[in-house]
Amino acid sequence: MSEAPAAPPAVSADPARTAALLLTPPTPRPGWRLLPARVAALCAVELQKLRHDRTELYTRAVQPALWLLIFGQTFTRIHAIPTGGIPYLDYMAPGIIAQSAMFIAIFYGIQIIWERDAGILNKLLVTPTPRSALITGKAFAAGLKSLVQAVVVIVIAALLGVGLTWNPLKLLGVALAVVLASAFFSCLSMTIAGIVLSRDRLMGFGQAITMPLFFGSNALYPVSVMPGWLQAVSKVNPLSYQVDALRGLLLGTPSHLGADFGVLALAAALGITAASSLLGRLAR
Amino acid sequence: MTRPTDPPPPDAVTCAGLVHTFGETRAVDGLDLSVRPGEVFGLLGPNGAGKTTAIRCLTTLLPVRTGTVSVFGHDTTGERMAVRRLLGYVPQQLSADSALTGRENVALFARVFDVPRRERGERVTQALTAVGLADAAERLAGTYSGGMVRRLELAQALVSAPRLLILDEPTIGLDPIARTGVWEHINAVRAATGMTVLVTTHYMDEADQYCDRVGLMHRGRVRALGTPAELRRGLADRRGTDTLPTLEDVFRDVAGSGLDSGGGFRDVRSTRRTARRVG
Repeated sequence: MSEAPAAPPAVSADPARTAALLLTPPTPRPGWRLLPARVAALCAVELQKLRHDRTELYTRAVQPALWLLIFGQTFTRIHAIPTGGIPYLDYMAPGIIAQSAMFIAIFYGIQIIWERDAGILNKLLVTPTPRSALITGKAFAAGLKSLVQAVVVIVIAALLGVGLTWNPLKLLGVALAVVLASAFFSCLSMTIAGIVLSRDRLMGFGQAITMPLFFGSNALYPVSVMPGWLQAVSKVNPLSYQVDALRGLLLGTPSHLGADFGVLALAAALGITAASSLLGRLAR
Repeated sequence: MTRPTDPPPPDAVTCAGLVHTFGETRAVDGLDLSVRPGEVFGLLGPNGAGKTTAIRCLTTLLPVRTGTVSVFGHDTTGERMAVRRLLGYVPQQLSADSALTGRENVALFARVFDVPRRERGERVTQALTAVGLADAAERLAGTYSGGMVRRLELAQALVSAPRLLILDEPTIGLDPIARTGVWEHINAVRAATGMTVLVTTHYMDEADQYCDRVGLMHRGRVRALGTPAELRRGLADRRGTDTLPTLEDVFRDVAGSGLDSGGGFRDVRSTRRTARRVG
């Protein structure tokens, strides 16, 4: 590819004036400030990308909108699922918010494989960023992307008449639950990426686990109506804890917020540990 | 002023007995190498010579299991973070993020090298100006030409004021004008900052023109080392001819037969992928 004629190298013209800062290495941050700084840097990248191209945000809103519009409204009429006295559309809305956030996070590993192929990952690994800090940054960047998506779905649900809370503290709790769960699911995806090492195989795994995670949770129906084996699956499925927290916070239904946030935080920590330990395989 | 009792400053890069294997393949097979502070050192060789593997050991991307590698006296195994703070690295692939603007691409690297917020904007501007991209800074990198992307990557590497700039095949796939443009900027930056540059390349003519010293690598080892002029003069002397041979002749001489056997499928695929993206 040909390029426009390059401007004359500016550094040689007046090095003292134009490149003074490029002669001084920055002072390293103290250890405890390194992790939040890296998380902030990678989250900023995610927001910049969203600002440049919002296509994904809109296209990804279609599916949850259809779930709420078609499935939700139909099942509200059928009255087949025990919801504890609230309309089914309201009952399932937190489940669909959690699902749409999970769908974004669970394919995040594809992005890290793309970054590996493009050389971006290697370049980041040659910066003073420990692998665990890089994965934590990626996990929270995925959380932020999912959170933006969750806001879109919450707005759709509100437009459909779901009786959601607008208490800012509770909404903050919703944001935390979405970010923690998405951090876990993105780390699950990056862990699988570290094992399978190729985009195609990761796509297959992603497709294979999303539906069992979704249907093996309390997103669409309460755990009490599940057969025993599925209840066991739901017990170890972080999505169930996320949905329980969202339902409690958004609708005010009985929930176990302490256990929910505890499990989500633990899952995110375990996910970050697993993905960090496998990141080296992607760097080779 | 250096006093006679001062220890000599450490070399920019020291490799001693470096071996790295992938399964049965010895990609790097006993590499010994010293790069002096402030020089432009070219590591030359065909696909599969072990250049990129050596670079990856040096940049801490691959573990060093046999031999030692140090950067300005810091061991790449025991002092990874210290080594990384000294490095600016441009990999073989076009590694700028096409979904971000030029400025955002450089700002990310300013942030991960701990450039404080108050000087970040100015430092990013200086890095972009140094590579002639100040006017294109607000455009998405996806709209850049191949040569511009390479210069953007150079700005990403420069923003942290590295002491050692490592460029893996920086001009691969570029047309001659863009290649010259990239090298002019590398030289200008080196002149302004005094940093050491370690570059790998296939292109012998570029090495001849722009490198202070070169190491000719073949089958995992450096087979000849010196300034391009020394190596060419040495071959002319051995042949007893007055006509100076090219660096490529020198390379054929030291490598002997078997030049065509190097380069696995992955090497060629990676090279082609980069060339295709460059256009």
